[in-house]
Amino acid sequence: MTMAGSSTKRFTGRKVSLTISGWVIGAVFILPYLYMLITALKPKAEITKIPIDYLPSKWSWDNFTEVWHVIPLAGYLKSSFFVAFSATVLVLIFAVPAAYYVARNKFRGRTAFLMLVLITQMFSPTALVVGIFREMIKFHLVDTYFSLILIYGAFNMAFSIWILSSFFASIPVDIEEAAWIDGASRFGTLRRVILPLALPGLVTAFIFTFIAAWNEYVIALTLMSSPEREPLTVGLTSLIGQYQIQWNFLFAGSLIAIIPVVILFAAIEKYLVGGLTAGSVK
Amino acid sequence: MTTGSIRRGRFGALPWIGPAVLLILVMVVWPAIEMIRTSLHEIDQTGIAKGWNGISNYRSLIHNPDLPQTLVRTLLWVSVVVVATVLISLPVAQILHGKFVGRKFVRYAIIVPWAASVVMTATIWRWMLDGFYGIFNRILQDLGILKEPLDWLGNPNSAFAFLMVVAIFVSVPFTTYVILAGLTTVPDDILEAGAIDGANGWKRYKEIIFPLLRPALLVSAVINLINVFNSFPIIWAMTGGGPGYSTDTTTTLAYKISFRDQDIGQSAAMATVNFIIILFFISIFLKVSNWREASE
Repeated sequence: MTMAGSSTKRFTGRKVSLTISGWVIGAVFILPYLYMLITALKPKAEITKIPIDYLPSKWSWDNFTEVWHVIPLAGYLKSSFFVAFSATVLVLIFAVPAAYYVARNKFRGRTAFLMLVLITQMFSPTALVVGIFREMIKFHLVDTYFSLILIYGAFNMAFSIWILSSFFASIPVDIEEAAWIDGASRFGTLRRVILPLALPGLVTAFIFTFIAAWNEYVIALTLMSSPEREPLTVGLTSLIGQYQIQWNFLFAGSLIAIIPVVILFAAIEKYLVGGLTAGSVK
Repeated sequence: MTTGSIRRGRFGALPWIGPAVLLILVMVVWPAIEMIRTSLHEIDQTGIAKGWNGISNYRSLIHNPDLPQTLVRTLLWVSVVVVATVLISLPVAQILHGKFVGRKFVRYAIIVPWAASVVMTATIWRWMLDGFYGIFNRILQDLGILKEPLDWLGNPNSAFAFLMVVAIFVSVPFTTYVILAGLTTVPDDILEAGAIDGANGWKRYKEIIFPLLRPALLVSAVINLINVFNSFPIIWAMTGGGPGYSTDTTTTLAYKISFRDQDIGQSAAMATVNFIIILFFISIFLKVSNWREASE
C-alpha cells in the first residue's frame, strides 16, 4: 500500500513539474509577441518614457484604428496580399501536375527532377539575391510585383510538390481506373476525382506558400523601390530609422500582419514537418 | 510498368513536370549562373559589365579587411546557433510530448515564432533591447542586476550574442516539431517506462529513445545549418551588421558590399563562396536524409 502510495505521489510530482515546465516554455515563446501587443496599446507619450513602464496607463485600443491613417498600412497589406496570393496560385498550377505525375509514374529523369526540386527547397533566395537582382535588371522587372511572384513561386514550389505527391500517392489507383473506364480523360480524373480527395494537401500547400511569400523580406527589400509597392515586411521596417518612428503603430501593424498567418499556420501544423523535411522523417 | 502507371501521353513527363522545371530553371538556376558569371567580370558602380577579369574580384575579396573576422564570426554564428537550437529543442520536445493541462495551447504558442515574419520578430527584440526605452534594461534594473541601462545592440559583443539568441529563438520551434514527429515513432510503453523509473530514465533515454530520434535530429540539424547560414533578416533588422561590420556574417557582408558599397563584382564573389558552402551543406543533407528511398 505504502509503496503504491509513494509511487503515485512521485507520479503527480512529475506531472506538476511537467505542467510547469510546459507553461514556462510556452511563455518564453509568446512573451515577445505579448510585449509587441502591450507596446501597440500604449499611448504615444508612453512609448519613449524613461524608464519605460511595463504596462500602458491607458489601454489605447484605438491605436489599431488610427494606425491605418498614420502609416500606409492598407497599401502594404494590399501589396503583400496580391503578391502572396498570386505566387500561391502559380505554385499550385505548376506543382499539382508535377506532383501527380511523380506520384503515379516511374519515368526517365524522375530522380534528377526530384533532386532539382530538393535543391531549390534548400536554397533560400537570400543566397542568390545578387544574381536575382542582376537578372531582374536584364528583364526590366525591378520594382514590379511580377518579379516577386515569379521568385516566390519558384523557391516555394518544392514544399508543395512533396506534400501533394505524398497525398496523391496515398490515393488508391483503383479509384482513377474506375473513372477512366467511364471514359474520363486523365486531366478530368485529376480534377474531379483526385483533387477533392487530396484537399487537405492542397490546403496545406496553399497556406504554406502564402505564408512564406507573405513573410519574405530580403528579395522584396532589394527589388521593390517604390514605397507604394512595398509589401508589409519591407514597409513596416522601413519606418525604423525614419525620424520619429512611432513604435506603437509599427507594432500594431506588425500584429495585424502576424495574427492571421499564425492561425493559418497552426491549422496545417500536422502536415508541415513531413513537407519541410522532404519525406525523410517518418 | 508498375501498377501505378497512368497512360503515357505523346510527350511523356514533359507536359506534367515541364512548367515546374522551367520556372526553377529561370528563377533559381539562372540567377545562380548569373551570380557566378558576375563574380568573374569587372563591374562598374552602375552595374554594367566591363568584360571578364578572371579572379580579380576574388582577390579583392580576400584583401577585404573585414573578411577574416567575418569568416570567424560566421563559423561561430552557425555552430553556436545550430548546436544550441538542437540542445534546447530536445528537452522542449520531450516536455511537449508529455501529457499536461494546456499542452495544446503551449504547442500553439511555440508555433508563433515559426509562423511570424522573422523580420518582425527581430524588430520586437530590437525594441526590447533598446538602450533607452528597452524593457530588458528596466527588468534588469528592477532586479538589481544593472545599475545603469546598457546599449545592448550598440556593443559588438553583446549585440552579436543577442543576435544569436534571436536566431535560436526562431529556430527552436521548427526543430522541436521535427523532434516531436520523431518521438511519435517511439512506442509509448518505452516512453512510459522511462518516465516511471526515475533513476533509469536518463539511461533509457540515452540508450533507447535517443537512437530512435537520430534521423530526425540529423535532418533538422542540417536544415537549420542551411537556414542559419542564410539568415539575413535578424541581423539586418537588429544591427544592420553594425556597429561598422562587427556583427556581419558572410551572408550580410555579401549584401552590404553589393547594395551599400556598390562593389558588385566583389559582392558576387562573396555570394559565390556562400553558394558553394550551401551546396556542400546540401550534399550533407542528401547523405543524412536518405531522401531517395523515401520518395520512391
